[in-house]
Amino acid sequence: MCLAIPARVVALPEPDIARIDLGGVQKEISLALVDDVRIGDYVIVHVGYALTKLDPREAELTLAMMGEAGLLDDDDSAAAAPARATLPAPAEEGAE
Amino acid sequence: MKYVDEFRDGTLARKLAAAIAAEARPSRRYNLMEFCGGHTHAISRYGLADLLPANINMIHGPGCPVCVLPIGRIDNAIALAARPGVILCTYADTMRVPASKGLSLLKAKARGADIRMVYSSADTIRIAQEHPSREVVFFAIGFETTTPPTAVAILQAREQGLANFSVFCNHVLTPAAISNILESKEVREWGTLPLDGFIGPAHVSTVIGSQPYEYFAEEYQRPVVIAGFEPLDVMQAILMLVRQLNDGRAEVENEFTRAVTRNGNAKAKALVAEVFELRRSFEWRGLGEVPYGALKVKEAYAEFDAEPRYGIEYKSVPDNKACECGAILRGVKQPSDCKVFGTVCTPENPIGSCMVSSEGACAAHYTYGRWKDAAVVAAAPKRPTALVA
Amino acid sequence: MSAVRDNYVRPVDFKHGRVDMTHGGGGRAMAQLIDELFRREFDNEWLRQCNDQAAFDVSAGRMVMATDSHVVSPLFFPGGDIGCLSVHGTINDVAMSGAAPLYLAAGFVLEEGFLLTDLKRIVASMAAASREARVPVVTGDTKVVERGKGDGVFITTTGVGIVPAGIRISGDRARPGDRILVNGTIGDHGIAIMSLRENLTFETTIKSDTAALHGLVAAMIAAVPGIHCLRDPTRGGLATTLNELALQSGCGMVILEKRIPVAREVNAACEFLGLDPLYVANEGKLVAIAAAADADRLLAAMRAHPLGRNATIIGEVIADPHHFVQMDTSFGGRRIVDWLTGEQLPRIC
Repeated sequence: MCLAIPARVVALPEPDIARIDLGGVQKEISLALVDDVRIGDYVIVHVGYALTKLDPREAELTLAMMGEAGLLDDDDSAAAAPARATLPAPAEEGAE
Repeated sequence: MKYVDEFRDGTLARKLAAAIAAEARPSRRYNLMEFCGGHTHAISRYGLADLLPANINMIHGPGCPVCVLPIGRIDNAIALAARPGVILCTYADTMRVPASKGLSLLKAKARGADIRMVYSSADTIRIAQEHPSREVVFFAIGFETTTPPTAVAILQAREQGLANFSVFCNHVLTPAAISNILESKEVREWGTLPLDGFIGPAHVSTVIGSQPYEYFAEEYQRPVVIAGFEPLDVMQAILMLVRQLNDGRAEVENEFTRAVTRNGNAKAKALVAEVFELRRSFEWRGLGEVPYGALKVKEAYAEFDAEPRYGIEYKSVPDNKACECGAILRGVKQPSDCKVFGTVCTPENPIGSCMVSSEGACAAHYTYGRWKDAAVVAAAPKRPTALVA
Repeated sequence: MSAVRDNYVRPVDFKHGRVDMTHGGGGRAMAQLIDELFRREFDNEWLRQCNDQAAFDVSAGRMVMATDSHVVSPLFFPGGDIGCLSVHGTINDVAMSGAAPLYLAAGFVLEEGFLLTDLKRIVASMAAASREARVPVVTGDTKVVERGKGDGVFITTTGVGIVPAGIRISGDRARPGDRILVNGTIGDHGIAIMSLRENLTFETTIKSDTAALHGLVAAMIAAVPGIHCLRDPTRGGLATTLNELALQSGCGMVILEKRIPVAREVNAACEFLGLDPLYVANEGKLVAIAAAADADRLLAAMRAHPLGRNATIIGEVIADPHHFVQMDTSFGGRRIVDWLTGEQLPRIC
């Protein structure tokens, strides 16, 4: 619920403070809620604090799992066509 | 933006949509509540409803801390800000919530109250340091994600011996809200709110872990899947819920493994436990009195608790009679069921909190979805014609 | 023995001086400020005449007039300041009608205590912007208000121009089938300003895009005299401007999210703050709506101009009695892009 975003730690200027970079924008945030943060780590930032470190291996696994979701359908080309048809065309909401 | 853009990929979205459509059994409905306002916002902003089959019904839950803040507490905040010498610091989310007498924090500011919007609780400490002769009060709102930052601020204030800093604490708890919904008459007795499963909050769970939801899955026999904030996360979570419901399972699963573990953030939890304790009861807008659903500052830190410090008395203020925020927050009604939705009550002129917060169900529907209520002219092309999407 | 030197006037102290009530009093102090600052910086034949008004001949044609008040805070920001902003803003308002801007007037409301060094910096910036755009500031006014009753300085600029014959550009001329274009990245100005806001400081290389667009508009009209609509998306952002045009023209729109140019850092800053770039202010951008048959030619003319290098066709106009602006999201769904509600505030939720 809480607007939080993963950002990369680029510097550790003071104890408990990290400088993070998100898409070229940089900010200093507090590390008071996390331990063991290193330069290059990704942290989830919420209201100026790092809430937790992001686990890159888990991120890759999650993406892979998502990629596999449609695989069974993709293999069967006949099934691929209905997959597209199930996306309702925006102009047809009235019918739903 | 790494770890963000990949989870917004349109191609993967279509794959997931296909998988959901293939696995959702046409013989039943799947009524899924996304508890967290951030998920409501993501669903609306990315038009996820377009990608789901018609028998999956997304119900918006009360996980929007601004939406559940009762009018009486905003009145208290406005009164605090009006006290001479007080600087009230707040997150921008609360500024426009309508309170009593046609006021809001924004309007109070226009009338001269010193109200400052902050991005972080750390800003409030800095303001207190910079203005030693003023009384700085931090209007602290939010679920378990936002509570640790407030705890840190209070501990810093103690460490630095700040005599002019206090917190008006309105932090609320997720599991209590989920209980409240599952215990409601609509769910338990009347069956008017069919509720099959939950999409669990993303960032709250980074702090509290996945463990607290195990009770709900077990006790109420409903699956919970904790989902990240990005649209692909939400879709993957919906797929996982569909699978659990098809299998007849009621487990807690974690889709957001890159940031959520079973135990959460022990350090953050410890800091919160040091500073805060449970209130026996707290009024939530729309849900009424919720037992053990909110936090207050512990006795040991009483000097940083604005309530005893300023003798704040809470007076409950009922919602406008026409306002259906209560029912909407419980998922029992849709924004379009509310008589004043889109007419008297709009984001420009909100009557209830669901319309003020950008992730409130009404605001989200008004901003992103109300066009579906209107019949769009049949001539509207599905894709802009000469433009390759 | 000292002698009174003839005609000795102590120059205005721009280094350490401040605005005081005498500068607005109509007397010697005010005349001196006008002479040593405004007349010196803007320097043109009209101001040299020292009249209260400027006289000029008008050629035949339709005259256009526009005015803008500027209250931006902070006064100085990456990429510009209130001075050049006030020049660009009014030039652009005039230019959106297709008119070539000719002359500007500038009114200043100064707060007692305002640093003269800052005022000089602002006026110098205005003069530079005016010279570069070749639109002189030919007349003006100065007032001073008591300390606490102004935000340093407020500037109101008014501009006039002449619309070339045969050009009819208006917000109500969009028609179903028309294409919608923008000349470059959106959200730059608003984010540049926000990066300096108290309690929100973040570091970024984002600069305001403030610029005078009349040269670009002239090139666009030369290529496509039949352009239907032009508007600059300032406060309220692109979303608000599109909604205004849709309402005025009585139609709807569909735009493609992946076509809308947004700088990487603007995107990132919006993510941090919970803002939507579609609603963030721009000061060097325009929206153009033209018939489908003219779109490619228009796009080429825009891209050939330095202020249109990143021009893109972002969508099309459709028939819609509700006047909705719809967007195909990069994600694959569709949603509406509504009017801005109140002021866009950063959020935590």
